Amino acid sequence: MAALFKARKVFASCANSCRRLSQLAELPETHQILRQTCRDYADRELSPIASRLDKEHSYPLKQIHELGAMGIMAIEVPEELGGAGMDYLAYSVAMEEISRGCASTGVVVSVNNSLYIGPILKFGTEEQKKEWITPFTTGEKVGCFALSEPGNGSDAGAASTMAHQEGEEWVLNGTKAWITNSWDASATVVFATTDKKLKHKGISAFLIPMPHPGLSLGKKEDKLGIKASSTANIILEDCRIPLSNMLGPRGAGFKIAMQTLDSGRIGIASQALGIAQASLDCAADYAHKRNAFGAPIGRLQAIQFKIADMAVAIESARLLTWKASLLRDAKKPFTKEAAMAKLAASEAATFCSHQAIQILGGMGYVTDMPAERHYRDARITEIYEGTSEIQRLVIAGQILKEYKQ
Amino acid sequence: MQIYKSGVVTDGVKHSMNPFCEIAVEEAVKLKEKKLIKEVVAVSCGPQQAQETIRTALAMGADRGIHVEVTGKDYEHLGPLQVSKIFAALAKKEEAQLVILGKQAIDDDCNQTGQMTAALLDWPQGTFASEVTLEGDKIKVVREIDGGLETIKINTPAVVTADLRLNTPRYATLPNIMKAKKKKIANMKPADLGVDVAPRLEVLKVEEPPQREAGVKVETVEDLVARLKDTGRI
Repeated sequence: MAALFKARKVFASCANSCRRLSQLAELPETHQILRQTCRDYADRELSPIASRLDKEHSYPLKQIHELGAMGIMAIEVPEELGGAGMDYLAYSVAMEEISRGCASTGVVVSVNNSLYIGPILKFGTEEQKKEWITPFTTGEKVGCFALSEPGNGSDAGAASTMAHQEGEEWVLNGTKAWITNSWDASATVVFATTDKKLKHKGISAFLIPMPHPGLSLGKKEDKLGIKASSTANIILEDCRIPLSNMLGPRGAGFKIAMQTLDSGRIGIASQALGIAQASLDCAADYAHKRNAFGAPIGRLQAIQFKIADMAVAIESARLLTWKASLLRDAKKPFTKEAAMAKLAASEAATFCSHQAIQILGGMGYVTDMPAERHYRDARITEIYEGTSEIQRLVIAGQILKEYKQ
Repeated sequence: MQIYKSGVVTDGVKHSMNPFCEIAVEEAVKLKEKKLIKEVVAVSCGPQQAQETIRTALAMGADRGIHVEVTGKDYEHLGPLQVSKIFAALAKKEEAQLVILGKQAIDDDCNQTGQMTAALLDWPQGTFASEVTLEGDKIKVVREIDGGLETIKINTPAVVTADLRLNTPRYATLPNIMKAKKKKIANMKPADLGVDVAPRLEVLKVEEPPQREAGVKVETVEDLVARLKDTGRI
């Protein structure tokens, strides 16, 4: 009897691995339908307005509400809390298609899903989940994630924002920088030092509603790209919140931030894939239509080599992103793969958007064509949620650890 | 997509729901949400890929699906008459009160299936619908016709075909896409319904339209008339 059970378990785990491996080759049917739905939405509702949103720096309010109604603002959140109850592979697929239409809308969706809801879902109490997640599943409210400071980005352990207890309240003081969604958010996850002597083990995470006394916003940054999403400082001056607003245990802030960013990297990798794919779409279409030397430029090897390199870069990064998602969904370690995905996808986005402008020539340099917007949007993907340099350190650290054993 | 002299090669070409049929599914789901109908059954005839289209309809809110499998040469020659026979047989089998479909398919632009289905069933039809209202056991249909809008009242059971302005189809929500996985799709063949799908039409040839030629500019109206006379146009 024991042998039979063991055989069944082995078969089940084989079947699971086969299912996961085949999911890399072709998405399961539900995910294909999801991809088509998101693609239709992006083509009809996002692509036509992306240029205007970029020029006017205007937040896609209506579209975020519509995406919320579709369940896309809270993909991983269980249905009881108001979410779509799907997996991270679904999130990655949805993010790529949305970002292909409009990269700014993509980052709003990603920050809400991975950076705001993510840590609360993983580390929050049941009451916190109901209070801080459920209203943020419909698109009517979005959240943000405040880790970086003017004095530290990559050096996250050096958080100088302080939190001390006064009676039944936490009091926070400090400034956070580069916070996406800040001007449109209704709540934020903030990281502050509660015990300076413990260094990075003395950082804790807090939930603050917005607006709130003691919390103010700096001016909106005038960015190179993703202009429709707001980025600003969050300034905390004697900002008081109830003790119950601490997220996770005291001192767990750094761990929470790092684990949250692991998942966030899959979201940003997917956004970068969307931008890269949009660049390839633009370039390949142009290659058919533009004539030079008596034929469409797609006939020239110089152009063909670029198209091939772009396609390979995108497909490899996509497979890495899907693999990271599948590992996360299987509750296996995925830190290395997520870092690889983010690194590969963001470098693919800057490469593809650069080459797309090159293929379009002069037309790539003007705002009549989307190539220049993709170029500007792509650039940030190599910087936020962990610079490419940090990703390389994470990957190397993981690999060297494997070899040490 | 390749065009051969005898037809269009569809291998590897992505199949997606006909836009007018999307509008039909949306109308059916809306009627169910208003509690005016009990159940929406989504039907498609074709090869394996047709299942994905049915699943999309389920994700939009249909209750169950029926896939009538038609493959290979049979599928290549499947036309409105054969599909109508299948739909008529299914409508009788399922005891449907309303058959709603797109006014025409955008691949062949035939605009015949709805009409033929109604004729085979001897049911009234409301085609090119831009508005559908259920009134007891009758249906009021506002039809888009060349002269404007025509309103008719027809008895049920009936066939309605959807035109562009009937509604705006919804995007499937993620929870509904997940729920669609659990909804049933029944499989059957035309023979199970007693339908013979042998073609009654033979495609003689398929050609691309002639290459557009360069135009000619003229200076005066007299020149224009002279040219038109020369080339035998007038």
